[in-house]
Amino acid sequence: MQNTTKAPSAAEKKPSIWTGVNRVRISDFVIAFVILILSLTCILPFLHVAAKSISSNTAVMSKAVYLWPKDITFEAYASIFRDGQLVHSMFYTIGITLAFTLVGMIVTICAAYPLSIKGLKGRPFFAFFLMFTMYFSAGLIPEYLLMGDLKLLNTPWVLILPLAFSPYNMLIMRSFLSSTIPDSLYEAAKLDGADHFQILTRIVLPLSKPIIATLSLFYAVGRWNAYADAKYYITKKALQPLQYLLSNMVLSSGTDAISLSENAAVVSTPEVLQAATIMFATLPIIMVYPFVQKYFVKGAMIGAVKG
Amino acid sequence: MAQGTVVNRPGRRKVLGVYFRNNWQLYLLLLIPVIFVIVFKYAAYPGLRMAFMNYKPAKGYAGSKWVGWETFEKIFRDKDFHRALKNSLAFNFLDLLVGFPVPIILALLLNELRFPRYKKLTQTVLYLPHFLSWVIIASVALNLFKPETGLVNILMKKAGWIEEGIPFLTEKWHWAVTYLLIGVWQNMGWGSIIYLAAITGIDAELYEAATIDGAGRLRKIWSVTLPCIRGTMVTLLIMNLGRVMGSNFERLDAFGNVQVKDFQYQLAIYIYEKGLAGSNFSRATAVGLFQSLTGLLLVLGSDWVSKRLGEDGLL
Repeated sequence: MQNTTKAPSAAEKKPSIWTGVNRVRISDFVIAFVILILSLTCILPFLHVAAKSISSNTAVMSKAVYLWPKDITFEAYASIFRDGQLVHSMFYTIGITLAFTLVGMIVTICAAYPLSIKGLKGRPFFAFFLMFTMYFSAGLIPEYLLMGDLKLLNTPWVLILPLAFSPYNMLIMRSFLSSTIPDSLYEAAKLDGADHFQILTRIVLPLSKPIIATLSLFYAVGRWNAYADAKYYITKKALQPLQYLLSNMVLSSGTDAISLSENAAVVSTPEVLQAATIMFATLPIIMVYPFVQKYFVKGAMIGAVKG
Repeated sequence: MAQGTVVNRPGRRKVLGVYFRNNWQLYLLLLIPVIFVIVFKYAAYPGLRMAFMNYKPAKGYAGSKWVGWETFEKIFRDKDFHRALKNSLAFNFLDLLVGFPVPIILALLLNELRFPRYKKLTQTVLYLPHFLSWVIIASVALNLFKPETGLVNILMKKAGWIEEGIPFLTEKWHWAVTYLLIGVWQNMGWGSIIYLAAITGIDAELYEAATIDGAGRLRKIWSVTLPCIRGTMVTLLIMNLGRVMGSNFERLDAFGNVQVKDFQYQLAIYIYEKGLAGSNFSRATAVGLFQSLTGLLLVLGSDWVSKRLGEDGLL
């Protein structure tokens, strides 16, 4: 990703980038400027909301808050913590996300390892059987009734089990396994008398650490962000994940209504409180994002190779 | 043996026996995902028969009457369905139209970008929106685009460009544009990765040859980069065409409000409102089946076209 094939750019060959054939031209600055504008559209909106969330009521009401907070106060966050609802939901969602990621990875590995072995009898059938659901789904209502029959409605499990097997992630894992782990390794292990469980746990998994990291993140982010299934299957407030709660607090109410309990002793205006709520739900992602970003890109590239 | 290169000898049975003795563990592993898809996906397919019944939740399958194609006849006469279908197709096509070229252009720009550190930093920033939920994106959008209190409207009023706030998210035509552009914005960085990967694979000698022939920057993009990533472009275009019947419930739901119902009312919303909210299970199932089947046909069709064009298939 970092090294483009084009011109191992003058920057790397020590001589100055300001002279010579590969010198920096005006067009380079134009490009850099366009990219800058696009990048700013990805940052400034969040900066604005963050600034709002720690500004005073009057500053926000007089529309004087742009990208920098005015009269800094953390009152809105304090009332979120006093209320406890969002904090509880945050921990609950973290728990769900971890469980979902763990189950998802186990199921994915169990599918990807056998399917990456070329001589597996029935491989095309199993591959088709597992992939088919990606292209043809029964739709909302049959799945809703199925969750009812399985007694999963209004339980945390409905957020963990049904989506745990992702055909797409399985494809990525399988193409990683078949491209990175040489057949000779299997042969050698076989000759040493290792069975498939041993090969999987002692050879394949240790070699797959990067892809396991990547796919775990795909699973985790997917779970963290999704809320449609909660909207379909969960009506109990205590079992709703953070994003769904957020959508109820900030979006569905239409007007500025937001409901924190009495003992939250809210003094912030809805405007400020909403900003704080949004930031509360966004910060976890923004904080881990820079550190895990490179794994995502790796996963996307492997996924890209195999459609 | 591990690779199971089983040779067909007379004692076929015995060979099979040996094969399974050596490889049963693989099938045991496979059993887990197979059980998962059977229990949570395949088990829902029988429910599709609701589309051909007058299903009453209280009576269950046994007590509900079979009505044949009646439900389908009804939905094809249903004005709401027509509106939802039209909106779905229109918005998905527009999404494709504006959303498809942007990641390509962005990838080209990023590829031409000379300052490596700056490039890495901006890439990180540009991928960010892909990792935020639609709820968060829509909530932030409200903070920017509300007519009275949205930052964009405040700034434009202060600059004297407008008198009244623009109803970006509360008037249907403005909403359509905002909705589409936010979709493009959310996906542009992430979508560019696949093209950057393709560009990285281009032989550097092609560029050197072009330089020797006196080609400038634009010429090199036009005559080397673009032709070399043509395959990726075609594959992605076809893959996206296969998805024009799909829908993203969360995106629609997050940006929905009463004032823009005319356009926001798409198939996913129709199914949700008629089905879960309105308890009209048969009708919602029929529409869902229609959507799934046409979606499947489109995917198969795109795969076929893509293979005919000599590109990699999707399946």
